Amino acid sequence: MIDNHILAPIFVQLFTAILQLMFWRKTLTQRYLSVGGSLIGLMVAFRLFGRVQESGILTLNSANWDAPFGIVFVADTLSVTLVLLTSIACFAVSIFSSVGLSRQRMLYGYFPIFHFLIMGLHGAFLTGDIFNLYVYFEVIIISSFVLMTLGGRKAQLEGAVKYMAMNILASMFFLTGIGILYGITGSLNMADLALKIQEVQNKTLVGITSCFFIIGFGIKSAVFPLYYWLPSSYHTPPSAVAATFGGLLTKVGIYAMLRVFSLIFIPDDFIRTLLMVIAVLTIVTGALGALIKTNIRRLFSYLIVCHIGFMVGGIAMFSKVALMGAVFYLIHDIMVKTNMFLIAGLIRQLGGTMDMNKLGGLYRDYPKISLLIALVLFSLVGIPPLSGFWPKIFLFQEAFTQEQYFYAAALILGSFVTLYVIANMWAQVFWKNPPEGTTTENLFAPMPPYRKILMVLPIGLMAVATLYIGLNAEAIVKIADVISTQLIDPTAYIEAVLGNKTD
Amino acid sequence: MKSAILQTATRYLLPILLLFSVFLLLRGHYHPGGGFVGGLVASIAFVLHSFANGTENTMKILRYKPLSLLPIGLAISTAAVTLPLLLDLPPMTGLWLEEPIPVIGMIGSSLFFDLGVYLVVIGVVLTILFTIALND
Amino acid sequence: MELLLVLILGLLYAAGVYLILRRSMVKLLLGIILWGNGANILIFVLGKITKGSPPVIDDAYRVFQDVYADPIPQALILTAIVISFGLTSFAIVLLKRVYALVDSDDLDDLNTPEEEDI
Repeated sequence: MIDNHILAPIFVQLFTAILQLMFWRKTLTQRYLSVGGSLIGLMVAFRLFGRVQESGILTLNSANWDAPFGIVFVADTLSVTLVLLTSIACFAVSIFSSVGLSRQRMLYGYFPIFHFLIMGLHGAFLTGDIFNLYVYFEVIIISSFVLMTLGGRKAQLEGAVKYMAMNILASMFFLTGIGILYGITGSLNMADLALKIQEVQNKTLVGITSCFFIIGFGIKSAVFPLYYWLPSSYHTPPSAVAATFGGLLTKVGIYAMLRVFSLIFIPDDFIRTLLMVIAVLTIVTGALGALIKTNIRRLFSYLIVCHIGFMVGGIAMFSKVALMGAVFYLIHDIMVKTNMFLIAGLIRQLGGTMDMNKLGGLYRDYPKISLLIALVLFSLVGIPPLSGFWPKIFLFQEAFTQEQYFYAAALILGSFVTLYVIANMWAQVFWKNPPEGTTTENLFAPMPPYRKILMVLPIGLMAVATLYIGLNAEAIVKIADVISTQLIDPTAYIEAVLGNKTD
Repeated sequence: MKSAILQTATRYLLPILLLFSVFLLLRGHYHPGGGFVGGLVASIAFVLHSFANGTENTMKILRYKPLSLLPIGLAISTAAVTLPLLLDLPPMTGLWLEEPIPVIGMIGSSLFFDLGVYLVVIGVVLTILFTIALND
Repeated sequence: MELLLVLILGLLYAAGVYLILRRSMVKLLLGIILWGNGANILIFVLGKITKGSPPVIDDAYRVFQDVYADPIPQALILTAIVISFGLTSFAIVLLKRVYALVDSDDLDDLNTPEEEDI
């Protein structure tokens, strides 16, 4: 069904960014605009989500060019779910950054760039054209480069060089893949590609092309041999930025994998085995990395890598149940990982440092905030009935059905290591007494009350969303069910884009 | 770098290049040209001026910071993109006036999109080049 | 013509990979630029080259009268060039700042122990 308003989330972010550019260097106005724009964006995303639930897949032919020729935007359930989650995360992060960020960074345009980044994310989720996906990827990475380097400390710039080099490399692989794909099919529309790729005789060439996409998206989503840029850069920017990156950017890679491998390159045995090996090794290396880190944000960075492996494994098994698990985990992961980095920022404000060895006694000083944080940590670990628990059931079930015992073992290992490092972190940061002889500065206590509230509010908001996902898992399972059905059988998607060709 | 030839040439080249960039912008819809190329030509005109007379002097004749062109250009482009939504058409659909306007020719929303791109390109290119030049 | 372009793009990719694998930051950047240009030529070659008939409609007609070059690869390449222009200029500024701070061109020197910030 054609709906000319599905681009509204993108335009809301774009208008917010333009308005903020007009109020350049007026940081107070920019803060109000950012929170207001994010709130409107959230409402628009809710409306779009409701409309798609009601009337199925919506499409938009931009510039009124018919489907395979122009750029088409498609809002199916997967897209709008991710747009909605991104909007929630954007709202929380924009509240957090209005108090948790130094004024110096805001003066150099933090807020407009942040909204351009969110616009890029929305666009990447909504587009139905593979080259347009590349363009939105570039919007995302250029904005993220600027966010990463804002402030210009030495460690930050060093992290940014690694981040930049690897991400440009990923784009080049992606672009090369698109070039070959256009050469062998003559189309860029993803629905059209899904039909045309089946007519290509040279299957080896298709397989090689899909490897370009695996490498490109693999670098973006930080899977095993290509992940090392993530832990060496994500701990450097301010926590508000790290929250956006950690919660959303790697997930775009997973989204792109889900989309491309369900529509264009239906995984054959070789691709499945390759993805499965990648998934297992990603989980193991991420878990091992998380075990030895004492800086909270470095630890979270390795946990991101570890949990990306869970989702890649779900894609590798490529069955309805496995995809349900992967999609549910994606939903859970966006909410929790964004919150984790916000929490890291809060801990830094409370204790003055992010080194677990130097922290301590936070539970004694701030019991209510600590309990809120504990709730999020439990969700991350996956204590039933919280949100991290449910997707793992699906993934386990399918791993045993398909006899992927290595993956099942890795899943158990990953879950236990997550449990261990989070328990260790809880003990170190919240329970043990502060170590003797170290004086830590508490930046939180002297703040005026409204700043304190604005700092804790986004964490509470995200925690409520996480709780909803966990306690009302039935609703999420239903959404994941619809999504995985659409992913396994893309006929509905293709028909929505190209119209019913069989008549 | 002081060169009398370059300085004299630039004095005449700057207006000609700017005029040429507007020409490229206006013919862009049906012929080679357009906002991006026009913007590049216009910014090259200023870059040439900065080579001949120094970056400070170029910033002086520009009066405003090139970065301030960014929100204006983006706003014009976005308005042109979203305008068709008011008529219940998909975004970016070209809307055209019925009658051609003398000298300029047919006017449509895509011209305004190109105009926005033109301004953004000038703003971005000059900002980048000035940043690199002034860091030395 | 195709053979020449294929050779050039192979050369660009090979040189790009070689430079990316070096330890110098500047060579890394040059490698990325070369690789990007190689990718552009790849799209150009794979979009089937048509000689001497640009996709511009004559003023007298409203539709194409003859075989014309596929405009899509050109649009893709133009977009890719614009994007790589932005990326490259950002990368140059970044590498310059890093060089000023670290005083080294070697990627192995980018290992300052972590600092603290919010």
